[in-house]
Amino acid sequence: MIEFQNVSFSYDGTAPVVENLSFSISKGESVGLIGANGAGKSTIMKLLLGLLSGQGQIWVAGLEMNKQNLPKIRQTVGFVLQDSDNQMFMPTVYEDMIFGPRNYGLTKEQAEQRVDDVLNRLGLTELKHRYNHKISGGEKRMAAIATILAMEPEVILMDEPSTALDPVNRRTVINTINTLPQTKLIASHDLDMILDTCGRVILLSHGKIVADGSAESILRDRVLLEANRMELPFCLQGRHK
Amino acid sequence: MDKLSHAQSELREMDALAAECSPIHALHPLCKLLVTVFYIAVTVSFPKYNFSGLVMMVLYPVIAFQVSGIPVGLCFYKLRLVLPLVCAVGLANPFLDHTPLLQLGTITVTGGVVSMVTLMLKGVFSLMASFLLIATTSIDAICAALRKLHVPGILTTLLLLTYRYIGVMLEEVTVMTEAYSLRAPGQKGIHISAWGSFLGQLLMRSMDRAEELYSSMVLRGFNGNFFYADISPFCLNDLLYTAVCAAAFLCARIFDIPGLLGSFFVG
Repeated sequence: MIEFQNVSFSYDGTAPVVENLSFSISKGESVGLIGANGAGKSTIMKLLLGLLSGQGQIWVAGLEMNKQNLPKIRQTVGFVLQDSDNQMFMPTVYEDMIFGPRNYGLTKEQAEQRVDDVLNRLGLTELKHRYNHKISGGEKRMAAIATILAMEPEVILMDEPSTALDPVNRRTVINTINTLPQTKLIASHDLDMILDTCGRVILLSHGKIVADGSAESILRDRVLLEANRMELPFCLQGRHK
Repeated sequence: MDKLSHAQSELREMDALAAECSPIHALHPLCKLLVTVFYIAVTVSFPKYNFSGLVMMVLYPVIAFQVSGIPVGLCFYKLRLVLPLVCAVGLANPFLDHTPLLQLGTITVTGGVVSMVTLMLKGVFSLMASFLLIATTSIDAICAALRKLHVPGILTTLLLLTYRYIGVMLEEVTVMTEAYSLRAPGQKGIHISAWGSFLGQLLMRSMDRAEELYSSMVLRGFNGNFFYADISPFCLNDLLYTAVCAAAFLCARIFDIPGLLGSFFVG
């Protein structure tokens, strides 16, 4: 579903943020992208969305990343931003949710049907006509996910989906992620959430892949994590006496 | 609520007003846009001494405000900062034009006074009509209407993003002033020595956020067209509304309606 072949990228043309990166993600896989600040997680997401272009080849759903394929790729990939305020730019949740489907040619009725389906599925029907600035942070994050699901993407990218959420809202987001059948790439520092939602983890350091394997094996490897400025997920630290 | 939060909520109120339901809200945005532009063009074209003719033009905003359910008072409240500027435009006229036009008892009304009043009214009426347009039509629908008039996509996108940028910038200003005031207790506002860095930071931060926002739009298929703005097809009602309004404005401009009414009733 996603393939990176020798991808490199540099913002200033000298120091590469992502260097000679190669990996592939199969359909339906849920992959966690972890690493310290500046490891290149967000850059990989932006490369995958065509917001940045570097060297090497990127394939999404059988389409090579280039100018001609970009609209189709963007229709295939949904991106949940870290800051939901930047994602929810229309006055109401409903208007935000029909934004994507309408742009991709659905009629108002078809788009509304999709909105209703997604909101029903996520149990968010009461949010439909609420104003974005009047809903809570947790509701906004769920609405942001709903906004992306309304586009029916084959791949979902999430940048720090559990940031700034209280434990209940965080759990709701995790449960929601686990119900999504799409291919998922989740960048996060919340390793407990990664453990809960991803079967596979890619650990990055200075734009290179340090480890790529099952979430269970990588997230239990204290030495590996600490060598890359991370630590064991709280649930595995055994701190409680 | 501080001034900035108040400004933010006022901005959002406009979105809420535009989302309401009324016969005016239901009209096609293109028809509202055309009527507004035509109204303003006709209003500003009145001769400077034609006070009585110009007064007739108040009927459009007053009736439209009533039908749309938007209180006229709200319009004046929202425009409270701009109205004095508009009214100030003609203040010099009484000193420049001493032509006597009317004699009210012992008072001579000069051409300068009349032209000052007409200039003020033109400004106020134009602002009222513009407010009516944005209070009954979302920014996206206005941009969609402009696209239908073949205004280049880059200009309409610029208009849309400018509108969104105001909100983004206000949010950033709020965060930054809060952070500043927490570390500068007892100070009113931002000290002049910090203005430069404050403005620079504000620009950088709001540009970053605006870029994210634009990315979010582009990633959801936005390409300069406004397919998502729910615009019903231009129907007979819209055509009638445009035609009736245009005819009424032209009549008010061409014929001396107050004079005709006066001669009809007084003889």
